[in-house]
Amino acid sequence: MPEVTPLSLSGYVIDVHYVGGVPTFVIGDGAVALGTAGRVVKPHAGGILASVLAADGKSVITGGDDGKVMRTTADGTTTLVATRGRKWIDVVAAGPGGTVAFASGRTVVAIESTGKVHELERPRAALGLAFFPKGVRLAISGYNGVGLWFPGTAAPVQELEWKGSHIAVTLSPDGANVVTSMQEMALHGWRLRDGQHMRMSGYPAKVKSMSWSVKGRHLATSGAGVSVLWPFFHKDGPMGQRPLELGGRQELVTRVACHPLEEIAALGYDDGMILLSRFSDREEVLLARPSGSPVSALAWSGNGLELAFGCENGAAGLIDLTQ
Amino acid sequence: MSAPAAAPSIPVTVLTGYLGAGKTTLLNRILTEDHGKRYAVIVNEFGEIGIDNDLVVDTDEEVFEMNNGCICCTVRGDLIRVVENLAKRRGTFDAILVETTGIADPVPVAQTFFMDEEVRKFAHLDAVVTLVDAKFFLDRLGDAPEAEDQVAFADVIILNKTDLVTPEELREVETTLHQLNPYAKIHKATRSGVALDAVLDRGAFDLDRVLELDPSFLDADEHDHDHVCGPDCDHDHHHDHGHDHHHHGHETHHDTEVTSVSLKGGELNPDKILGWITEITQAQGPNILRLKGILAFPDEPKRYVVQGVHMIVEGDLQRDWKPGEPRESRLVFIGRKLDRAELEASFKAAAV
Repeated sequence: MPEVTPLSLSGYVIDVHYVGGVPTFVIGDGAVALGTAGRVVKPHAGGILASVLAADGKSVITGGDDGKVMRTTADGTTTLVATRGRKWIDVVAAGPGGTVAFASGRTVVAIESTGKVHELERPRAALGLAFFPKGVRLAISGYNGVGLWFPGTAAPVQELEWKGSHIAVTLSPDGANVVTSMQEMALHGWRLRDGQHMRMSGYPAKVKSMSWSVKGRHLATSGAGVSVLWPFFHKDGPMGQRPLELGGRQELVTRVACHPLEEIAALGYDDGMILLSRFSDREEVLLARPSGSPVSALAWSGNGLELAFGCENGAAGLIDLTQ
Repeated sequence: MSAPAAAPSIPVTVLTGYLGAGKTTLLNRILTEDHGKRYAVIVNEFGEIGIDNDLVVDTDEEVFEMNNGCICCTVRGDLIRVVENLAKRRGTFDAILVETTGIADPVPVAQTFFMDEEVRKFAHLDAVVTLVDAKFFLDRLGDAPEAEDQVAFADVIILNKTDLVTPEELREVETTLHQLNPYAKIHKATRSGVALDAVLDRGAFDLDRVLELDPSFLDADEHDHDHVCGPDCDHDHHHDHGHDHHHHGHETHHDTEVTSVSLKGGELNPDKILGWITEITQAQGPNILRLKGILAFPDEPKRYVVQGVHMIVEGDLQRDWKPGEPRESRLVFIGRKLDRAELEASFKAAAV
């Protein structure tokens, strides 16, 4: 097994990011742990509900139950991005050019790197946010569909409709497809060029983790006893195609992270196990044995030689894959 | 490292009640009184909550219809989200309190705790507590179906503001509450002044525990039973009954849409009874607000405990029948348009 540097953190690891190359663990109790030397900062007065890596990779944006959106850099400097009274900020997104977006209830806010603020009221709560890879365009998922918004323009929000509750949203790296995760334990997709719907179902649980593989060829997902990877390289996307299934076990896959350079995915399970699986031959490598706590965070270093992980009970670590 | 499965499930108390019934007063008491528990509180607006606490959150009630609009499959999307967020702060609180708006339907709130797997893993419904304004409740019955549903759905009813009505008026409200829901525990109060242990940590959705605490639960006694009728029932009967009993000049029976039917019998054929419960909840789910029961099966040492909300039914073998405990099956339906004769016949048909 590859060498693991274990870390014991103070609470539920909600996410991990490589911030300026430093593995940065975001913890539900409000702490942000930087690197392996035990350096911890607390950007919020209370807990942290959501986080995202800034597009330039140099800071992490967090939303908290203190109503604040904060930015933390690798040296531990924290700065206020926005504040919203006593609202919980539980959705954040980061876009090209340093734009940051967040949502609280029905209100969606986008802040440009210049500090210019744009606000949008949605008919229902915004549940998921994702920027398009290019330009400043934001996908906002919610009840019965997704709205596509150009902050700062008068263009009306383009509505993509599909019945049900869309709890998270992601954009394919080429910006051609919008995919949501639904309360109804399925994915739904729209091909933007012609509005073609894509229904991807069969999950026994909600899909809480989605990761695009290198060049956006596959979308890897959690929510089943295997990681289901939907192919997006065919002419009609995943429609009519058998998805690839990796890492089949009795346990639920809770977290997926596709390798930044190779067609390989790291899979975290409900019992704490972490596997590496290769798309071409489904060859598996065991990276972490079951610890008993669900894997709740996974991230690759930029060069793909190190994997950072975190679990619900605060167990975390770095896995060295150079050997 | 401890397995998350071993972490205790967080109890959730749902506080309902029509506008002005005293929910905020009760909430403020729960937040300020020393009862040794830390609460995460979900409110619909901060309003007059007199405490600044990072574990008090306001949400906009968002009812989601799942499975393409089946009304039985409604959940509160905002609650799912808040509870999932609270799960990330496990250890900083002991219980969750959900306050609904006055006009809220309690059903999606309760269903959230049965239908969403993630929420179920972390939390369980402890009790639905409904505050009732003694002075205005009977007026509300006429113009607000939500008020009726909130009472029908309750495990605990706090009959509040009793100082604002005469003893006769109070009795009339009590009779009506009992008629709507003979199985809820009623506490009379002024200014929401009820002992907090009557409200919190009740285990009311844990049927087995309810019966441990109050063995007469589910036994709608015969006297009460006669009161439990709806619009389908012979009205004259009620009229007479009310007069006989109270000897005062006006009608004490209030027409309510919601009724309850209590069924009692001996050992049942498990395939027959469970098949029938599945069938009837699928067919009549929209009309069934609550269903609770304890069933005795032949050669089965354990009691089968079943409960349901609309179409969602959960059942499980729980503790052993105690030596000497009569092996009785009891099943209660609270809902609308319930056909007592049909329910009784089907229940009887499952007897062994």
